[in-house]
Amino acid sequence: MTPIVSAAGLVKHYGGFTAVDGVSFDIAPGRCVGVLGPNGAGKTTTLRMILGMTPMTAGSLSVFGLPMPAAGRAIRRRIGVVPQADNLDPDFRVDENLEVHASYFGIDAATARARVPELLAFASLTERRHARTDTLSGGMKRRLTIARALINAPDLVMLDEPTTGLDPQARHVIWSRLSALRARGTTLLLTTHYMEEAERLCDELMIMDHGRILDRGSPRELIQRHVEPEVIEVRAGDTRRFAALAERHGCRLEAQGDSLYCYGHESAPLLDFLQQDPALVYLHRPAGLEDVFLRITGRDLRD
Amino acid sequence: MRLMEADWTLPQPGWGALAVWRRNLRVWRKLIGPAVVLNFGEPTLYLLGLGFGLGAFIDTMSGMPYLAFLASGIIASSAMTTASFEGTYSVFTRMDVQRTYDAMLATPLTLDDILAGEMLWCATKAGFSAAAILAVAALLGVTGGWEALWALPVAFLIGLCFGGLALVVSAVSSNYDFFNYYFVLAVTPMLILCGVFYPIEGLPPAMQAAIQVLPLTHAVALARPLVAGLPVTDVALHVAVLVLYAGAGFYLALALARRRLLV
Repeated sequence: MTPIVSAAGLVKHYGGFTAVDGVSFDIAPGRCVGVLGPNGAGKTTTLRMILGMTPMTAGSLSVFGLPMPAAGRAIRRRIGVVPQADNLDPDFRVDENLEVHASYFGIDAATARARVPELLAFASLTERRHARTDTLSGGMKRRLTIARALINAPDLVMLDEPTTGLDPQARHVIWSRLSALRARGTTLLLTTHYMEEAERLCDELMIMDHGRILDRGSPRELIQRHVEPEVIEVRAGDTRRFAALAERHGCRLEAQGDSLYCYGHESAPLLDFLQQDPALVYLHRPAGLEDVFLRITGRDLRD
Repeated sequence: MRLMEADWTLPQPGWGALAVWRRNLRVWRKLIGPAVVLNFGEPTLYLLGLGFGLGAFIDTMSGMPYLAFLASGIIASSAMTTASFEGTYSVFTRMDVQRTYDAMLATPLTLDDILAGEMLWCATKAGFSAAAILAVAALLGVTGGWEALWALPVAFLIGLCFGGLALVVSAVSSNYDFFNYYFVLAVTPMLILCGVFYPIEGLPPAMQAAIQVLPLTHAVALARPLVAGLPVTDVALHVAVLVLYAGAGFYLALALARRRLLV
């Protein structure tokens, strides 16, 4: 089966800065692939290259088996895009935004008008169809942007941080819509730095940093590969004796501020010890993607 | 230099330009009230105020009543200012502030299509404004006859010319204030110097020669006799100058906009 996206050795330089540093990957049809990475990792630049909005410095890229950038128009005809920053057209109402966007795909006005009610229903915006876009909440705008991305019945939908800046309610609605898209067989490529989002939605993850793909796999594979199954976070109290015990036990320890993170396999004896000292505040949990992410990309700030 | 690094691939605009043009038309139709007031109100004030006010002192100019002289000049200058405003403030709003181009570039449209559509729209608005003035001038009885309608395609061409130049300014602008340079240093001097309000033959010879490189001089030279019903001279030259400015402006604007947006 032809991959939806096939990238080989993608490179993007901005002057002396390397935003994307030789990235290669394939995306199989019907998959939801997440690109995880800190700010400045090269996620957005990679998406823009797939769209042909950023010329690549080196490498080759084919989308739907067509070469980018030579077949840019034909490729974009089959892609839907949900950008990071809202770019709805404030000169138009909600329903008009969909109609006008359809016209950019060469979809005739009658066909577009016929598609609009279904898309508005999908985005739970039927009631607001005549509203001005600047009166919409952040969550509504994002839903409208997702509806807009579907106007051309795309085979691939690319979403750049689809839930950044949204409240939990809005985020859960977006997740349910993206799950519905996935169930229909639409290939999804999304960037995020929310681990929960990545874990819930994605079949496969690529962890990017400094313009490189550091690892790739399903959420479960990544967790198994990179971190021990259990984590104890000790958040308050004198951790010296606990740390000594944990080390004897073969745990891997990481300190961050006042917290101590203890990664290991058999936590029961350690928990017994912690329970005896009421001054020690701790959390015991299974290891997750966030632990993988921090392990691979480090704990340093990126801004 | 950095300009050399821009993508100078020849423009290849496609049918998508018409989608951009239709988008702008659709917005314009929503705001048709203020647009009509602007298109009719302003030139009417100019024609009545200056035409009758100054016309009381000036009997004829270049062999025609001053009101006819002024009306034919204003058709050209209004096409210029209309296209210039659309190509700067409005285009910049869509290119930068509203990120409309970002949304368009994620569709089959290319930047070539987008700028071509914008330029066509600048020319269309120039045509609307010329039509309004022509209507007022006809009501005042200062047009030569039906041949005056030729002023409309001429206004469209003037709109292409100044739309292209304005797109260049938008493509290098970092904010709205930057447009002051263009209007004060280019648009207003042309309005004053290129024969809209008085015949350029009155200017010192060196200045007359210098303003031959300015597109508005040629725009006025085409529009005036057409509106007044007089024979037009040097049509090929005037049209060529306007076409050249339009084409060069579009190409340069496209290269600069690619450098700005496709990064």
